[in-house]
Amino acid sequence: MSERDIGEVILDVRNISLSFGGVKALQNISFDVREHEVRAIIGPNGAGKSSMLNCINGVYHPQGGEIAFLGEVRSDMNTHHAAESGIGRTFQNLALFKGMSVIDNLMTGRNLKMKTGLLAQALHLGPARAEEVRERKFVEHIIDFLEIQAYRKTPVGRLPYGLQKRVDLGRALAGEPRLLLLDEPMAGMNMEEKQDMCRFVLDINDEFGTTIVLIEHDMSVVMDISDRVVVLDYGSKIGDGTPDEVRSNPEVIKAYLGESH
Amino acid sequence: MNGMPPTTADTFPRLLAHHVLVRAERPAIREKDLGIWQTWNWRQVAGEVRALACGLATQGLKRGDHVAIIGANRPWVTWATAAAQSLGAIPVGLYQDATAPELVYVFQNAEIRHAIVEDQEQVDKVLEIKEQAGQIAHIFYDDPRGLRHYTQPELMALTRLKELGRDFDAANAGFIDAEVAKGKPGDAAAMFYTSGTTGNPKGVVHTYAALIDRARAGCELERLTDAEEVLAYLPPAWIGQNIFSYAQALVAGFCVNCPEAAGTVTVDMREIGPTYYFAPPRVYENLLTSVTIRMEDAGQVKRGMFKYFMGVAGRVGGRLLDGAPVSLTDRVLYALGDLCTYGPLRNALGMSRVRVAYTAGEAIGPDLFRFYRSLGINLKQLYGSTETAVFVCVQPDGQVSADTVGPPLVGVELKIAENGELMIKSPGLLKEYYKNPGATAEVLTNDGWYHSGDAGFLDAQGHLRIIDRAKDVGQLANGAMFAPKYIENKLKFFPFIKEAVALGDRREMVCALINIEMEAVGNWAEKRGLSYSGYVDLAGQAAVFELIRDCVEKVNADLAQEEKLADSQIRRFLILHKELDADDGELTRTSKVRRGFVGEKFSTLVDALYGGKSEQYVKTQVKFEDGRTGEVSATLKIMDAKTFPASRKAA
Repeated sequence: MSERDIGEVILDVRNISLSFGGVKALQNISFDVREHEVRAIIGPNGAGKSSMLNCINGVYHPQGGEIAFLGEVRSDMNTHHAAESGIGRTFQNLALFKGMSVIDNLMTGRNLKMKTGLLAQALHLGPARAEEVRERKFVEHIIDFLEIQAYRKTPVGRLPYGLQKRVDLGRALAGEPRLLLLDEPMAGMNMEEKQDMCRFVLDINDEFGTTIVLIEHDMSVVMDISDRVVVLDYGSKIGDGTPDEVRSNPEVIKAYLGESH
Repeated sequence: MNGMPPTTADTFPRLLAHHVLVRAERPAIREKDLGIWQTWNWRQVAGEVRALACGLATQGLKRGDHVAIIGANRPWVTWATAAAQSLGAIPVGLYQDATAPELVYVFQNAEIRHAIVEDQEQVDKVLEIKEQAGQIAHIFYDDPRGLRHYTQPELMALTRLKELGRDFDAANAGFIDAEVAKGKPGDAAAMFYTSGTTGNPKGVVHTYAALIDRARAGCELERLTDAEEVLAYLPPAWIGQNIFSYAQALVAGFCVNCPEAAGTVTVDMREIGPTYYFAPPRVYENLLTSVTIRMEDAGQVKRGMFKYFMGVAGRVGGRLLDGAPVSLTDRVLYALGDLCTYGPLRNALGMSRVRVAYTAGEAIGPDLFRFYRSLGINLKQLYGSTETAVFVCVQPDGQVSADTVGPPLVGVELKIAENGELMIKSPGLLKEYYKNPGATAEVLTNDGWYHSGDAGFLDAQGHLRIIDRAKDVGQLANGAMFAPKYIENKLKFFPFIKEAVALGDRREMVCALINIEMEAVGNWAEKRGLSYSGYVDLAGQAAVFELIRDCVEKVNADLAQEEKLADSQIRRFLILHKELDADDGELTRTSKVRRGFVGEKFSTLVDALYGGKSEQYVKTQVKFEDGRTGEVSATLKIMDAKTFPASRKAA
């Protein structure tokens, strides 16, 4: 991994605080993500990992602090802006249309890139048709990349969970994100599926140069594939650094292994 | 246009050149990429092969060198094979799942310096063995994914290799044509490693003459033309795949289709509609199972229609295929069934256009065989092995049965040795085992006969029947042949019987130990309202005994039809109180019965069988999956089965 050129900071999270009523989900969190790196956010359940992702792509609006993506701070950030500016995301409990085929699900991920109007698309007019061919080709590359050729026309709901996760990843990739947020991509998977998913994450990072931020509570998986790791616990940042640094951080060990009283 | 190529096209590169002359624009190879079938015609294929061959020449590949090719069925595998052969080098196909130690042996044995592989996984494997295998100098890969940061000097992408080749070709016009012209039919064309069950694999060397002769014999028998379509879905390292999708394609000039991925074969097959098809019995069985399961889920009307028309097909379909007389009513019914059931079913199986379908490798159950034939699919058996370049015997149209493999194909002579072993003389025999004269001498006699290792005989019509491996065939006390596996297979073709062990070597009669198939017998019992608590209970029920006795007697009736095997009828049998299990050492890990071990382990039962007792108490230790052991005990009934007088007429 050392040969990859990690670039400039593209995402800068500064002093983020988020609370729901009296519950402080995030307290004064700061970290940055550099271009082309694989950055992990880990922490026990309820540590605030998903809240952090939700702040980055504009689902939640933090009460304090700011987030700069590509040097730009948007106070009115919402999910649509996030997608438009190049932030893609997968979800812990999947965001797919279960009754639709894999192809159609991936095509919806391409929606932002399609420019022809509803009427043209409905009537399958020339430009709309050309556009669909173009976008379909892109989607076919993703299918090839994720090795899901055999399920192209299968309704997503009929696929096993591990494959659904892969389709969800494909859907996020279809938007050609510059920054890809993965919300527990390995949750609920068996060992083999986890290894496959790790390989896909590394390959995406390698082939497309996509910057990846992933959340995981399973430390072992993350340590092998991440360049740098942020550790959250009860809404606070307790560690930040390379996997080795984080592993030997006493705070982190305490949070994960507990403390003897 | 559809005649066989001239005999001057006597190497694969020359056959390729021939097709460029006579059918340059016809499709030669297809691959589904990004969901769309991409086609290369013969001219384009020749261009790819030429570029690769020149590229390999720039990387030091020389006449007589071996090249490892490791990959799935993709067009580049075909091109790389032909490219190596253009230079007079010998391609060695290796299985993608070969482990590192297996590769080390082959790379050392064949002194391989050049490897052409599919992707990162295979590159990693070859790099891993580089130290041990010593002389690997070049690794070429097709799929660059994940390999971007590899800096090993041995690595090069196939695209780059082709660029080098095109430059070289431009600067050295005539080089590659001269190399192709140097090839002789007696040269080694390809090497296939056979996975010996014991010891190291052996490299089977085949000449151009052998492979092309057999490919041609098969093409002529089935009248294959350049209009055939085949689906290349079996491992390219296997000789069958080489014959069906490389040698025969190059002889007849037909199109080979490469599936998109391993998981899409069924869909791809439906889209392509191959006309020429090969599959081992296991594949046909899996297809049938999926059909049966889906039919059970279908609506009542469909289910009824399926049942009715399959009945008609069972009665009529096979006869129609064989050209036997069929009444007008039956013909009309069959035509109706074809419209409603068989046609759509063939389509769902991807077999609408299949003109010739082969199966080989192991015995195929008669019901399974009949099922496909009754649908109007011309399924036939063939016999051959790696050492014989596949084609030894093939069933000609109209002379097909589930238990023969047909008469010897043109050019083949057969004889049965004293010990019952089948001996073969054929233009397709191996040249030698590579660097293993000892092993070669064991199987090839000085006057050109090959020891097949199979026991068999020719029946009244001159069709070969394979009954067992020669080393497993024994003798009854009266000297009659005893082929346990043949008998066991016949028993196992019944859905109620899971495993069977036939005993009889050097004994006065044949007895059998039988395992019932829990699921099938359980269903059968439920339908009859028989209650049971588990395997031991079910296996001990009198009704189940009658059911199995019925199966045994059917097998006996079958055996009585064959003069040589009539003495092998099963006199007595029992149903075992436990399922034979690999964990208990009774089966091998590949689920083959360890006959000797079972005979010893259940020696009390064997003694009871031969001692004429009608029941026997037995206690057996079993190992559970978690490693604990326990005991099963039962009093087993022993039954006599009816036998039939031997018939002189062959079935």
